[in-house]
Amino acid sequence: MTALTTKATTADLVASRFAGMPLRAWKVIGFTMLLAGAVALPFLVSNYRVFQFNLVLIYAIVLLGLNILTGYNGQISLGHGAFYAIGAYSAAILMDHFNWPYWATLPIAGLVCFCFGFLFGLPALRLRGHYLALATFALAVAMPQILKYKHIEQWTGGVQGIVIMKPAAPFGLKITPDQWLYLFTLAVLLLAFAAGWNLLRGRVGRALVAIRDHPVAAEAMGVHSALYKTLAFGVSALFTGVAGALGAIVVQFVAPDSFAAGLSINFLIGIVIGGVASISGAFYGALFIQFVPNFADQISKAAPWAIYGVFLLAFVYVMPTGVAGFVRLAWNRIRRASGK
Amino acid sequence: MEAFLHQLFSGLASGGIYASLALALVMIYQSTNHINFAQGEMAMFSTYLAWSMINSGMPYWWAFLLTVIVSFVTGIIIERIIIRPVEHAPVLSIITVFVALLVIFNSVAGWVFTYTIKTFPSPFPQQPLFGNRYISSHELGSIGITLLVLVALFLFFRFTPLGLAMRAVAQNPLSSRLVGIRVGWMLALGWGLAAAVGAVAGMLVAPIVYLEPNMMSGVLLYAFAAALVGGIDNPFGAVVGGFMVGVLENLIGAYVIGTELKLTVALVLIVGVLLFKPSGMFGKVFVSRV
Repeated sequence: MTALTTKATTADLVASRFAGMPLRAWKVIGFTMLLAGAVALPFLVSNYRVFQFNLVLIYAIVLLGLNILTGYNGQISLGHGAFYAIGAYSAAILMDHFNWPYWATLPIAGLVCFCFGFLFGLPALRLRGHYLALATFALAVAMPQILKYKHIEQWTGGVQGIVIMKPAAPFGLKITPDQWLYLFTLAVLLLAFAAGWNLLRGRVGRALVAIRDHPVAAEAMGVHSALYKTLAFGVSALFTGVAGALGAIVVQFVAPDSFAAGLSINFLIGIVIGGVASISGAFYGALFIQFVPNFADQISKAAPWAIYGVFLLAFVYVMPTGVAGFVRLAWNRIRRASGK
Repeated sequence: MEAFLHQLFSGLASGGIYASLALALVMIYQSTNHINFAQGEMAMFSTYLAWSMINSGMPYWWAFLLTVIVSFVTGIIIERIIIRPVEHAPVLSIITVFVALLVIFNSVAGWVFTYTIKTFPSPFPQQPLFGNRYISSHELGSIGITLLVLVALFLFFRFTPLGLAMRAVAQNPLSSRLVGIRVGWMLALGWGLAAAVGAVAGMLVAPIVYLEPNMMSGVLLYAFAAALVGGIDNPFGAVVGGFMVGVLENLIGAYVIGTELKLTVALVLIVGVLLFKPSGMFGKVFVSRV
């Protein structure tokens, strides 16, 4: 709620100009520059870094999906790693067993996850707060075992998992597969964020927030609570599933143990650090969960998680709105200072 | 028949351990309505403490006692310093704090004690007691200790002024404060007791699952299931639930679906109970007023 109101009121209070230019123009310039930077990035850094940034984009899609559910709709999920796994496995199985091209697996992975999310959303209707977190946490912990189950082994490859081929760039483009996949992921990400943004700023977004802030009042206003909540679960899983499929294609490998409970905890960390109920927060969170472990790994194998924990505590106490909230605050300060 | 009895008894033994951890969860839930996701990792850490004490030559029971005391104090400190500031925060913040605690305990244990799997001694003899063929003495012993803990807690809550004060706080914090009970300290005491009971569970389960930083993730899931089956606000229910879940897990694992899907049993139990009987067998049914 706070996120939305502050946005509206500050825009009204402070003159909608900054340093002589309309705010809208600033936003367009900033967005264009960011996009140009994102497109240029794979041609400036090594292939391994391209791979890492590709994962950042994928995590950003997951965090957007999780934020729709947990941030905007207030349904806490500690089990999004499970949906990520389902998306990844859908893509891997389609590519490995049915020889589907990689791009065609994304809609199917999304659809499969939407169905699973929607179905899990039905029992979730009766659970709130801690209980929902508990149920989804159980899902996350049980997921690797389910993937190893011997009667689906012929599809999932059991403990070994599935190795898939990395697709080469099409149309005879002279770029490496990593660079091509990065650009492909970027396109999917833009699509996902455009969809997410449109979903959240309008009628649906308001309904989701209303359900989170006051379920009874929302019902009284005519919001179909059960429908929106299950849909939020489905859509959230859809985003996560598409990201999971992309993840499988980029990493070229799926195995049960890469989808342990730690993955779901990672995603929760991502939205808390990035900013709960904020769209841009997904990027900060994704950068955090991709790069902080890399630095921390040099200290000790256990260090990344210890640092995660400390950061989590620090953010909950000091900056509950996450990095996105901090950026918003700083931006408003600058504008007010320059307006004087 | 013999195999069946064997499964039954070893189910009861692991059930006793689930019951202890479930008891710890209930202890915290009762007074604050929080589900402590870090309970398992706290127990794991306590077990490591016990391990290093035993390794430095301390007799088992002294190490046991000292670990319980240290865990009790640590529980109180955690409540006072980390949980207190977010007591009335939104659910997401509280859950995030629990997850942070889980992650910190897990990684610090890995950092300090390494990830190599260690054996943990059992205080009970190798040979089965009384010459029986169905149950090892460690299994029998852990059932005994669980029951002992339960009786001790029951006596504490039923017959001491402090126990009465804690029950009062769980039931009605506001009125308790008005009659002069220090509510904050009672909550901290609840955390301390939960940590101590969890430590007992950790030390009992370690000889079976071996000591390593992730040893508790499965046990915690079963403890959740146990607490829910019994009714998450009822300590007695948690113990009954623990034994039931232990037996169920073992029998289903042995005869129905095999051991690879054991965690899924916990998942189905948790979701099933939450859906069809959220109050569990012995829990209070809550009616909220709008």
